[in-house]
Amino acid sequence: MENYDIVIIGGGPAGLAAAVSAYDVGARSILILERDKKLGGILEQCIHNGFGLHTFKEELTGPEYAQRYIDQVKEREIEYRLNTMVLDISAEKVITAMSRADGLFEIQAGSVVLAMGCRERSRGSLNIPGYRPAGIYTAGTAQRLVNMEGMMPGREVVILGSGDIGLIMARRMTFEGAKVKVVAELLPYSGGLRRNIVQCLDDYGIPLKLSHTVIDIEGKERVEGITIAEVDEKRRPIPGTEEHYTCDTLLLSVGLIPENELSRGMGVKINPVTNGPSVNESLETSIPGVFAAGNVLHVHDLVDFVSEEAASAGKNAAAYVQAGGLEGARHEVPVAVEGGPRYTVPVSIDPSRVPESLTVRFRVGDIIRNHFVSVYFDQDRVLHIKRPIMAPGEMEEVKLKKQFFDERPNLSKITIRVEEK
Amino acid sequence: MYDIVIIGAGVTGCSVAHELSRYNAKVCVVDKEDDVCCGTSKANSAIIHAGFDAAAGSMMAKLNLLGNRMMGDLAEDLDIPFKRNGSLVVCLFEEDRPALQKLYENGLANGVEQLRIVEKEELQSLEPNISPDAVAALYAPTAGIICPFTLTFALAENAYTNGVDFRLNTEVTGLHSAKDCWVLETPSGTIETKYVINAAGVYSDVFHNMVSEKKIHITPRRGDYFLLDKNTGNFAVQTIFPQPSKLGKGVLVSPTIHGNTIVGPTAIDIEDKEGTNTTAAGLDDILIKAGSTVKDLPIRQVITSFAGLRAHEDHHEFVIGEVEDAPGFIDCAGIESPGLTSSPAIGKMVGDLLKEKLSLEPNPNFNGKRKGVLDPQELSKKERAKLIKEHPEYGNIICRCEGISEGELLDAIHRPLGAKSMDGLKRRTRQGTGRCQAGFCTPRAMEILARELHVEQSELTKCGGKSKLIVGKTKESI
Amino acid sequence: MDTRNLICISCPLGCPITVTLNGSGEIENVEGYSCPRGEAYARKEVTNPTRIVTSTVRVLGATKGDVMVSCKTKTDVPKGKIFDVIKDINGITVKAPVHIGDVILQNVAGTGVDIVATKEIR
Repeated sequence: MENYDIVIIGGGPAGLAAAVSAYDVGARSILILERDKKLGGILEQCIHNGFGLHTFKEELTGPEYAQRYIDQVKEREIEYRLNTMVLDISAEKVITAMSRADGLFEIQAGSVVLAMGCRERSRGSLNIPGYRPAGIYTAGTAQRLVNMEGMMPGREVVILGSGDIGLIMARRMTFEGAKVKVVAELLPYSGGLRRNIVQCLDDYGIPLKLSHTVIDIEGKERVEGITIAEVDEKRRPIPGTEEHYTCDTLLLSVGLIPENELSRGMGVKINPVTNGPSVNESLETSIPGVFAAGNVLHVHDLVDFVSEEAASAGKNAAAYVQAGGLEGARHEVPVAVEGGPRYTVPVSIDPSRVPESLTVRFRVGDIIRNHFVSVYFDQDRVLHIKRPIMAPGEMEEVKLKKQFFDERPNLSKITIRVEEK
Repeated sequence: MYDIVIIGAGVTGCSVAHELSRYNAKVCVVDKEDDVCCGTSKANSAIIHAGFDAAAGSMMAKLNLLGNRMMGDLAEDLDIPFKRNGSLVVCLFEEDRPALQKLYENGLANGVEQLRIVEKEELQSLEPNISPDAVAALYAPTAGIICPFTLTFALAENAYTNGVDFRLNTEVTGLHSAKDCWVLETPSGTIETKYVINAAGVYSDVFHNMVSEKKIHITPRRGDYFLLDKNTGNFAVQTIFPQPSKLGKGVLVSPTIHGNTIVGPTAIDIEDKEGTNTTAAGLDDILIKAGSTVKDLPIRQVITSFAGLRAHEDHHEFVIGEVEDAPGFIDCAGIESPGLTSSPAIGKMVGDLLKEKLSLEPNPNFNGKRKGVLDPQELSKKERAKLIKEHPEYGNIICRCEGISEGELLDAIHRPLGAKSMDGLKRRTRQGTGRCQAGFCTPRAMEILARELHVEQSELTKCGGKSKLIVGKTKESI
Repeated sequence: MDTRNLICISCPLGCPITVTLNGSGEIENVEGYSCPRGEAYARKEVTNPTRIVTSTVRVLGATKGDVMVSCKTKTDVPKGKIFDVIKDINGITVKAPVHIGDVILQNVAGTGVDIVATKEIR
């Protein structure tokens, strides 16, 4: 069996950043396992720009951003294997993988970084009634077909879901000659970035219908029409509000789900709110030496934050191996939420392992205006930041200074609270 | 001229074809769809019923029992996954107990073996997630679960290998009797045959009524279903039914042979013989009813829903036999539940009938053994590693959710009556049936299918006909 | 007096900016931005709106079988010319290898802006 100190599952932005950061703190026995024929992950098909403003102070397209990290991996001669699918990881960190070239093989890892990304929610899991014709695609699959395979999924399009992928694809399909008739969004607000509403819908006169959903799909062989309807506060269709659109394609942008089949298979504890592993301040899961970062941990909006998060995970994975386990007993101070945030990454913090600045990330469950994000260490309020607007579609972060922890040796609980004053 | 032409390549038609392939006879199966198993056979509960439901003395009862008994050996010969997981008809109220007792007695009269009533305590140990309200249940250990696609494909492939012709994309638009034979009209010409087997599912009344004065009437009875994630695979052990009603066996909760949980069906009579669309009302109906027999049904783990149409004849009985005023025309009509279970028995019954009528001699080259699509996940790690070394395509995973490799897709495409569409691949290999519902594997599977069939990807369809997957390449017609 | 409410697209923050124009269409006031790029965007958007356009072109001869290479306008182009730009991009096929930054098409649709590749294709 082969041995590597650090095995990274996934060669997308998270995996690449983790590898580079592990190398830069001295790790040399690193292996990235990637199932596609190239590194870069989902960025390879995200040909639009908007990536890298934080990381590189430039606005890059997805592939350009990915290439910056691929170059760093290659410069450092970090090992990677392509066309390789990981089938299983045991709790003892034995990885079973396969590829055409290498067959079925096993690797004993000293530490593992989970960076598998996420998958898209499907029509089936939403119980959208109707026929099951050709022409129904999740937006990401359509994006892959258009941008990588050069295939056109359809010509007259209805999109369900105003998350960024749906908005981006509205524009992309328009550029490739399709008519995008409407974007329907179940919630009363869009899940995507406001800039994307402007540059993907408004620019092209594509209507956005909030509080609407698809209630029927027509066409036995190929999509022929879609009916949408307005929904009430309980998100149930309101009779009499039906609108019919003739079309040949339905694109779905209705949610991303972290892909944790492998994590579950290992026995890693999963947070039911995020569907990703519950991690501590080092981004370590419930299994010591197994770390997670990127969309597999929680779905991100900006790849820049993925890179930051993954860099921490990589660094900590390297430290774990170098020290034969992370230093200090695992004293976990739980992180609680109040008043708005639905979850935090991490869910617990060991004060003895906090770096100079520790980023805690979270999302709120509703649009919140003119409130404060406060951080309480037991009863002490250590941070109080005014936030004019917070939305579920935009990940928030607070940075906790190490001195906050040093000053409170008997800390028992941290609370991230959204409050009015 | 054929000896026998079978209209309909569903499980009934393919079972008859399979049986007839044991003999020296010129047999042809015709179907309007581009693949075998495109009608009711692809959208049903996938249950091999024990046989206690059907009215005692009916043909349904007789063929159900016989089919159930035959299924074990058939599954082995044709290399089909099949499991006798047992079934439970759950009694939720003491006042319904007499009806349960009657069902039990009906089962005994039908010849069902090992049938018995279990009380609450035993029921709860048999089925941990049974509703706490359940007072008793009728337990039938001989009931089972199967893959209806695999069964139909296996019957078809084996029939084909043993000499039966299959003409797909061939709709029978009319038929009339001529001197000594029947003439079937199709868009690609006429087909002459001595005998016609009407196995046309929801359309079987259309064909019967073309030839006979004594009409039959088929109502498409729609059944909507939910399919739940494999994470729920251990939720139900047996197939769990409520007590039956006029409309049928009711909404069941069952494990599937592949490790999912299936919930359904509804029983909604419609007119449109192509009406396989699910409806909000139908899906809601299942949710209400399914909750009654089990506790905490994990319905939020749904990965897809679908609907199929049962061919319900007015008299709620199979119509099998030579039509009196149309000699040479043999019905296999009204094959609603327990049609899947009965299929081997229907095949045998019709086969025996034709053997006599045509004085058929056995086919000396008949080989009833068929090998299914190799599933590397059933091999040991060592065997799997060896397989990949010799056939690297088994090392290239295409469908991540179900773990299906390129090797399996190639097998499915190149075997007799192989896959020509995405649905064809899906039903032969399970590719695309996982929790991401083909989101990941579609572009990869399309590439392979186009390459192996030597067509452009723009010609690929989901299920034949107009179901093109893409409209063309980007940058073209703009 | 004319008030325009915009969402800045310069970065993912998407600041809501209000621009007030006088009767002759001149900008009188801009407020709501959080950075200089926002102010610049707002001024431009009401006088001469521009966009970066991203798309793909066909590529031949790629070692790993890629058929498309992604590209963008090197700088922003007038919003009104987007579809002319797209039309020109769609007519092109390039040959591998392609490097990030390679000029695929000069002066697309007469805008004076080049189309450059955004992906490495061997």
